[in-house]
Amino acid sequence: MSLVVATIRRDLLLAARNPGEWANPLMFFLMVATLFPLAVDPDPKFLSRIAGGVIWVAALLATLLSLDALFRADVEDGSLEQWLASGESLYALALGKALVHWCISGLPLTLMSPLLGVMLHLPNDALLPLLLSLAVGTPVLSLLGTVGAALTASLRSGGLLLTLLILPLYVPVLIFAASAVYQAGIGMTYHGQVAMLGAMLALAMALTPFAAAAALKLNLSR
Amino acid sequence: MSRPLDTEAIDLSAHALMCERDDRVLFKDLSLQITNGDLVQLTGPNGAGKTTLLRLLAGLNQDFEGEVRWLGQPMSECYSTYAHQRLYMGHLPAVKKALTPIENLRWLCANDASDSDDTLWQALEAVSLYGYEETPCLQLSAGQQRRVALARLCVSRAPLWILDEPFTALDAAGVAWLEAQLQAQVARRGAVIITSHHALQGIPGLRQLALGDAA
Repeated sequence: MSLVVATIRRDLLLAARNPGEWANPLMFFLMVATLFPLAVDPDPKFLSRIAGGVIWVAALLATLLSLDALFRADVEDGSLEQWLASGESLYALALGKALVHWCISGLPLTLMSPLLGVMLHLPNDALLPLLLSLAVGTPVLSLLGTVGAALTASLRSGGLLLTLLILPLYVPVLIFAASAVYQAGIGMTYHGQVAMLGAMLALAMALTPFAAAAALKLNLSR
Repeated sequence: MSRPLDTEAIDLSAHALMCERDDRVLFKDLSLQITNGDLVQLTGPNGAGKTTLLRLLAGLNQDFEGEVRWLGQPMSECYSTYAHQRLYMGHLPAVKKALTPIENLRWLCANDASDSDDTLWQALEAVSLYGYEETPCLQLSAGQQRRVALARLCVSRAPLWILDEPFTALDAAGVAWLEAQLQAQVARRGAVIITSHHALQGIPGLRQLALGDAA
């Protein structure tokens, strides 16, 4: 158990030393949302209708951007081999990795989102649902992402493959989350969608670490 | 240096091992037994299967025929116990370049019992990294990075060490230090399995196992 804690601490420390690791996706998130009105239509009425969807698509792509390197460094420098040698469960490692990934990608995105919401004229009633849907939805993205990242960890350029593998799994999250924000914006109830996201999170937390652990084992049994 | 070991008994036995890679037989009918006080050096040309055998004995590789037992039990049944009683160090040092030696060592030794931070600082001093504890490993030489990984040997209480090419990138003083560590481990009735092209000399109990004849 101490190794799980040590790994979480080490990875957070690594993220603090390499600000690019978490700042790049965040910048990407900000830029997409800023450029969108310039390119399409700055009309507040139009923007307020699509703001939730734009923010969610940007968040999803920013998450994908940061997934690629999740396990690759650990495979290349031997950390993953040391983990397997320690006899600790890979399930715990995958869960810990997903937690760290969320802390450096999903959490900053979530905290930043109300600002973008205001910039894109998101109705005030939809700000809380936006925050809520991101808070519950982005951990699902991180958890699903660990499976893809684990599968492609020992490939030289697994980025595109990772996207192809993971993007279809992200679609349900996107649909329910964007719909929650939209419904809240037009004054309808959004609890059903958020509950669905919560169910997805519970399912992902229980199941994805198994898949990620199995994929990590494949990387090592060369 | 007379650190107690975690357990008294060491009994790693391999029976009729056969391993193939890409339709090439690396070794077959290989049996060996390792008990207290043994120092086994695997030798052989590059590609002879030294690392493969080492990983297999460490329980990291299940793709082989034959049987490996720890204290008489099949490896698959006692892996988590075994994992805590042997220290495996691959040829990749598992050292993060953005972190300092002490931060790296804290992670590497996270499972090596409840040692206090003092022990880790002393270990870094023992591998002559005194004064470099807070320097990012990025700025250290390859040999110094290897020393960070090797500092773990000063902390570990594991009775069995499995080391893959630990002499890589070490200077003469480092080689002498590591030889002394191996000797100390054998002297306190531990055991070591090692792959190295380095000629280990003057260590009692040294056995050599040459691979590469089967091909």
